[in-house]
Amino acid sequence: MSIKIENLTYIYNPKTPFETKALDNVNLEIKKGEFIGLIGHTGSGKSTLTQHLNGLIKPTTGKIIIDDLDITNPSVKLVEVRKKVGLVFQYPEHQLFEETVYKDIAFGPLNLGLKEEEIEIRVKEAMEAVKLPYEELKDRSPFELSGGQKRRVAIAGVLAMKPEVLILDEPTAGLDPKSRDEILEEVKLLHEKYKITIILVSHSMEDIAKLVDRIIVMHRGKVRLIGEPREIFKQANVLESIGLGIPQITHLINKLKTHGIYLRDDIFTVEEAREEILKWIRGKENA
Amino acid sequence: MLKDITIGQHYPTDSIIHRLDPRSKILITFALIVSLFIINQYIGYVFVVAFIGISIILSKIPISYILKGLKPLYILIGITFIINLFMTSGETLYKIGPLVATKEGLNQAIFMAIRLILLVIGTSLLTLSTSPIMLTDGIEYLLNPFKKIGVPAHELAMMMTIALRFIPTLLEETDKIMKAQIARGADFESGNIINRAKSLVPLLVPLFISAFRRADELAMAMEARCYRGGDNRTRMKELKMKTSDYISLAVTIILIIILIYIRVK
Repeated sequence: MSIKIENLTYIYNPKTPFETKALDNVNLEIKKGEFIGLIGHTGSGKSTLTQHLNGLIKPTTGKIIIDDLDITNPSVKLVEVRKKVGLVFQYPEHQLFEETVYKDIAFGPLNLGLKEEEIEIRVKEAMEAVKLPYEELKDRSPFELSGGQKRRVAIAGVLAMKPEVLILDEPTAGLDPKSRDEILEEVKLLHEKYKITIILVSHSMEDIAKLVDRIIVMHRGKVRLIGEPREIFKQANVLESIGLGIPQITHLINKLKTHGIYLRDDIFTVEEAREEILKWIRGKENA
Repeated sequence: MLKDITIGQHYPTDSIIHRLDPRSKILITFALIVSLFIINQYIGYVFVVAFIGISIILSKIPISYILKGLKPLYILIGITFIINLFMTSGETLYKIGPLVATKEGLNQAIFMAIRLILLVIGTSLLTLSTSPIMLTDGIEYLLNPFKKIGVPAHELAMMMTIALRFIPTLLEETDKIMKAQIARGADFESGNIINRAKSLVPLLVPLFISAFRRADELAMAMEARCYRGGDNRTRMKELKMKTSDYISLAVTIILIIILIYIRVK
């Protein structure tokens, strides 16, 4: 399931005083099975971009090609596209509506016209994937669960549709650090287990750095940087100029450099930094 | 579709009309509504059209923008026109089956249509030129005398402000939930009426929940800042009548006197 975006431009409220260009000539290619981090400030166009990928928004100009199929073509059945591309919105728990957790998660598969047995299997599987105990929770009302659990139910609702591409728009916003780490861990497992393409939207470099294969940095509707995390974080000044930080540990390494301690400049996890610093200390002792 | 709703929309610009005190604008609009019902001859409309026309020019709001607001009312105006045309008895003009269009009916239909259009343009001029906050402030002041007989003027005004404030928020929310459900394969557009009504459940339930949540949060925030209704509250911007207010009120009174004179003459 590859995604190709060509010259995509989108304008909100065209020909009115409120006209704004949300996306400006975006070109991208995402390969099957890739784990992509999409990062940018509020208003940088990340959410608008993700909504294009399953046809919720039609581009003003440009093409979106998913598996050789141009979804901007009016004859394309968008239902088919939405089956393949699952989109978890920001604060997805706000869209829960059913009486029980089971029914809510089954909503998507039901719309796909699946059989009852198949739906049950999918609901079970989806709940497992997000670490929700099936027997215990399936008949509970989603509204009496905790915030983290509600979020998981909502994510499971999209997973149950078995998308080939999963887009998560800030899945950890407003959660406590523990729930945040758990959800990110579950997303990572999903990617490893089912080999689906994942696009994780975030504005936290820390969250993204450890997980993804490639990072796309957006700024004012344009793709500003694109590449592997290591390459991206080397360009600390570009990131800072558009108001995005680098992971704190990378920042520390750069700070050390100004004090005459030279370490590798592509470090972005605490573990790596620990190794490098220990190496440096040992080297110093030996000398 | 949702974006077309323009109720209470304010057209922000700077003009004499925009700067008028909301109280005088409300009173003038009210007088205008009454005056439209005093009129029983076409000559009366000439004065009202002139009055509204001058107001629009002074307000610097493009006439096309005002006429756009009339669009949702075309059907209503059309229906009134047809009913008046066929339901008034008098000299036969044209016959379609059992329906008889009369000369008096045509006259009446045109008369009513003009009245309706002027009514809508006049009142929309008020909302277009006055920000919601000013409008509710004005209403609160005007209701003040009725406080003595138990009308909760401040509370009513506060309710209106909050309601107007939340129209765009809830529209945005609806849009978001709709998209989220469409992404899960929901279909809001096809099927018969019963299926369509059913398909609204996934939209309405979350919407209601979020509206109540917002109400709860807002109440809490107001409580936390010690809000306690209207008594003894002071305001940052006191409303003040200016010379332009007195002039426009005087013009309105003259208009009404002329219209009454035409009627009783």
